[in-house]
Amino acid sequence: MEIPLRKARVSREDEFVVIDAKGVHYRELNELINELVERGERKLRLLNVNGQRYIADGLRCSDCYIEIHGVAGDDLAAFANGPTIVVYGDVQDGAGNTMNAGRIIVHGNGTDIIGHSMRGGEIFVRGHVGYRVGIHMKEYREQVPVLVVGGTAGDFLGEYMAGGRIVILGLERLETYPEIAGEWLATGIHGGAIYLRDEVDEDKLGYGAKTERLSHSDRRFLSEAVGKFCSCFSLNAEEVLNAEFTKVVPKSHRPFAEMYSDSKEG
Amino acid sequence: MLQKLSCTGYVRMCGLGGILNRYGERMPGREIIRMSCMMRDRYDGRGGGFAGYGIYPRYAEYYALHLFFRDEIAKERTEELLKDRVAIIKDEPVPMRRVKEIPQENIVWRYFVEVPHRFRDRREYLEKEEDYITELVFTINDCIDGAFVASSGKNMGVFKATGMPDAVAEMYKVEKYRAYCWITHGRFPTNTPGWWGGAHPFNLLDWSVVHNGEISSYGTNRRYLEAHGYKCRLLTDTEVVAYLFDLLVRRQGLSMRTAAVALTPPFWKQIERMPEPKRSAFTALRMTYSQAMLNGPFAVIITNRDTMVGLNDRIKLRPLIAASSEDCVYLASEEAAIREVENDIEKLWAPRAGNPVIARLNEEVREEVIH
Amino acid sequence: MVRNFPPDFVVRVDKEACINCMRCIRECPFGVHEYDKEKKRWKRHHDKCVACLRCAYMCPTQAISIERSPMEYSPHPVWTNRVRKDIKTQAETGAVILTAMGNELPYMSYFDRLVLDACQVTNPSIDPLREPMELRTYIGRKPEKVEIEEEDSSIRLRTKLAPNLKLETPIMFAHMSYGSISIEAHLSMARAAKEVGTYMGTGEGGMHVELYPYADHIITQVASGRFAVHEEYLKRGAAIEIKIGQGAKPGIGGHLPGKKVTEEISRTRMIPEGSDAISPAPHHDIYSIEDLSRLIYALKEATRYKKPVFVKIAAVHNVAPIAVGIIRAGADAVVIDGFRAGTGAAPQVHRDHHGIPIEAAIASVDRRLREEGIRHWGSIIASGGIRSSADVAKAIALGADAVYIGTAALIALGCTVCKKCYTGKCAWGIATQDPELRKRLDPEEGARRAANLLRAWSHELKEILGALGLNSIESLRSNRDRLRGVGLSEPELRVLGVKPAGE
Ligand code: SF4
Ligand code: SF4
Repeated sequence: MEIPLRKARVSREDEFVVIDAKGVHYRELNELINELVERGERKLRLLNVNGQRYIADGLRCSDCYIEIHGVAGDDLAAFANGPTIVVYGDVQDGAGNTMNAGRIIVHGNGTDIIGHSMRGGEIFVRGHVGYRVGIHMKEYREQVPVLVVGGTAGDFLGEYMAGGRIVILGLERLETYPEIAGEWLATGIHGGAIYLRDEVDEDKLGYGAKTERLSHSDRRFLSEAVGKFCSCFSLNAEEVLNAEFTKVVPKSHRPFAEMYSDSKEG
Repeated sequence: MLQKLSCTGYVRMCGLGGILNRYGERMPGREIIRMSCMMRDRYDGRGGGFAGYGIYPRYAEYYALHLFFRDEIAKERTEELLKDRVAIIKDEPVPMRRVKEIPQENIVWRYFVEVPHRFRDRREYLEKEEDYITELVFTINDCIDGAFVASSGKNMGVFKATGMPDAVAEMYKVEKYRAYCWITHGRFPTNTPGWWGGAHPFNLLDWSVVHNGEISSYGTNRRYLEAHGYKCRLLTDTEVVAYLFDLLVRRQGLSMRTAAVALTPPFWKQIERMPEPKRSAFTALRMTYSQAMLNGPFAVIITNRDTMVGLNDRIKLRPLIAASSEDCVYLASEEAAIREVENDIEKLWAPRAGNPVIARLNEEVREEVIH
Repeated sequence: MVRNFPPDFVVRVDKEACINCMRCIRECPFGVHEYDKEKKRWKRHHDKCVACLRCAYMCPTQAISIERSPMEYSPHPVWTNRVRKDIKTQAETGAVILTAMGNELPYMSYFDRLVLDACQVTNPSIDPLREPMELRTYIGRKPEKVEIEEEDSSIRLRTKLAPNLKLETPIMFAHMSYGSISIEAHLSMARAAKEVGTYMGTGEGGMHVELYPYADHIITQVASGRFAVHEEYLKRGAAIEIKIGQGAKPGIGGHLPGKKVTEEISRTRMIPEGSDAISPAPHHDIYSIEDLSRLIYALKEATRYKKPVFVKIAAVHNVAPIAVGIIRAGADAVVIDGFRAGTGAAPQVHRDHHGIPIEAAIASVDRRLREEGIRHWGSIIASGGIRSSADVAKAIALGADAVYIGTAALIALGCTVCKKCYTGKCAWGIATQDPELRKRLDPEEGARRAANLLRAWSHELKEILGALGLNSIESLRSNRDRLRGVGLSEPELRVLGVKPAGE
């Protein structure tokens, strides 16, 4: 039984170009997106997306707005440089991978390694996220990536984190794992900060991570980031902010400096 | 091409999927084929397969042996052995279509067999009927060149070959079978020659396994199994998963959940935080089954006649998504594969590392929290 | 007759730098440096120098350097210098040549011919600094299966487990007796073991009272001499090891000369001061495997089945069936000591010519125990010539559960492997009972170094596991698929159970 791949159906609705992605292979879908953007289209609406990978990968366009209805496949907006992407549905592994600039707004949940090595831009996920989210996130000069999650995160959140900000709000909790974040939290962190809207058990912290009191500038950052997040999902920012946050930061910028020795050294 | 090779080589990036109808209602193969096709970007076409449970209701009480033969000689020799060891109730070719993508390399035949009473009493044969069949499967795979048992359970069968899953399905007419539980696998092997026997699912008796990733502890697990009489003769590391479940659950009587604790145990740090008596139980399981522990990046789906289990490695290095609807439970590498075949999803989630998702006939699906 | 015996080393002293402080005279326990006060002249007895390097490091002006003697016999590939010197020594004395530390003959090391795998692309390597990485190892008997009582979410163990030792790293300090080494050396290792969460062996010389605070990290030994063996001693330790033989001198006993049996040693060993402490070659209550079993159970009975009992043997040709017999006899672990193992004193002929390499012994014992379906009945502890974390990893991949380190631990404490332990004059305060020499080893600093060595190796082991894509040491055990042999013959590869590189 063969399941034939289809050609994408394209139509127009106000200023949106609407693409029906049902059964369309990702190569064709992404070529189409790139072509439309090159022709000057700035607003795209993708319908019936189900698992197509690499949507908007490497897309350099700061005024592009792409709506995705369905499940965005792996590596959504990887290496992207500028576009705004709104997903009405879930995202699969690696959304925002090594993203340089832009914005991903996800109304559903995300799975693993969301925001991997992200260098700039923003990712807002309304639901829960999986393992190793924000792994090796970093900042560079004035670029400071921000990732805000409305629900909870799995293990290894912010692993190797070298810069940027992660905020986990824990507005909804999982039945099986009510904690706001999993084990080995921020393990290997050597830059950046994670804010969790709850208490954090000390022995959930990974190697090289510690908790710290929030400063004024932390509060300022939170009200800005959470404010933006809330306006994306029509939430009351004041209510969300009115809670205790825990801040997780690196103990040192070189956590493993003592691990190695030169055989000649005494 | 069928050859006897030692157990080496690993399966890498792959896609897997499974459906279990909670009420035991049989579903045509179409859905599972669509699920598998949704993940086609994960495969390279060097292995695909399906396993269905409930496909042979008329012969439900017999062991259904699906066999690959390289040639007539292998078939004759196998049949001699079968006639000597078991009673063949019925045998016939597995219905096939020609498909251009897959060269027809093997004769594929099925036998419905039972262990005759005269053997059941003989002392020199193993005590349990299932051990007897296991022994027979190992003998064929081991001793008859050019013969390979693809599956050996009751009322179930494995359909696999070298090729994309959709072509494999086409070749075997998978859409024509009806099963209450289906699993599928598409393969992206890196360093093993693609051969029919090496495709997933792997099966022994009622156990079938599909696997994405690598079992880096394979050598350790294999030696542990060999010490318990299993013979690892296939080309991939996946078979150890099937045998470990067979050993722990069927032969040693552990529950599926406890077997999962043994195979993907929590870290010592986590065990130490547990209250008694749980801590002692987990410590004992880890100490005892240290060689059975599966290490490396993997996601697997394991099935037997009434259960489908999804399991991830201890730090979740491979993806696995679970979902349930009114009637069915789904497991897949990607959410998209599930959404492709089910519009009314009640619950969809990513199970945590090392937690088995256990779906059983007539029961609610649960993710067992062991980590 | 002229004693035509070139010295091994020459002591060179920079006359300009030397300030005649006489320090070297006090530092050298071997009487190499001599000063004639009247003639105001130095004399160096080069032939007595063992290159322990003590004087060189203690000289305040760094005036001393020790060099290999340039004077040698005319080269000959068969009649080597060593052979000629040995013959001359024996012709002179009519005695057995005594030596110390491990085998000196240039046998090939299998560890150096085995290489470890690493992950590339198809499976991710794991970063051990940030991700969990487990080295914990349990030594002892495990059940065939575990019985569990389950009710909803509660889970309760029904199988009763045999006692096991919990090691936080699979490396322990080998048995070296108090008597052959100093209390300071023992204390250093005991503290380090406790700190790191592993164990040290007492050797056959008993447990000095100063070690009592660390007794829960000490394995007591029952050897053929039964020195110090006492119900309290057995109960005090964490486990008991019956020593049948050791890799450096398989098949022969031991002998601590009476002059080393000081008051404290006499108290610890429970023997009269000044009398020889002789360990017979066999245990005279063990002439067969049933007798061994009887002793194992006698010890278990005496300790109320609370302590695991190990049995240590030298790796000899038939090691696999012997080890199987030991495990069947009730031992919770078999300790295999390879032919490279160190010692405080052994006849050179035994040290250099008996036994087999530990690598082959581990592989064949592990295989045989598996073939017999009893691998879980007992653990395998390997020892003898483990030099680095890589050796540890390879030993485990070949099938060991844990290793013992002896020489490596002493080197950490300052030993320079001068091979003169049997003289009792160790210049570094290790293999000596001389109160002046013992002061040279500060147990606190010793403990720090010994613990550091364990920590450094443990880190490296984690890195090795990470590169292999494993996060627990259990998954390396007997995982010979992750080893390849370089430059090994077919039969050697077969014995080791590894494939050649490239396959
Ligand atoms: S034996 Fe040691 S202390 Fe004595 S001279 Fe030689 S190196 Fe110096
Ligand atoms: S322990 Fe002392 S005597 Fe023995 S080899 Fe080491 S330094 Fe030399």
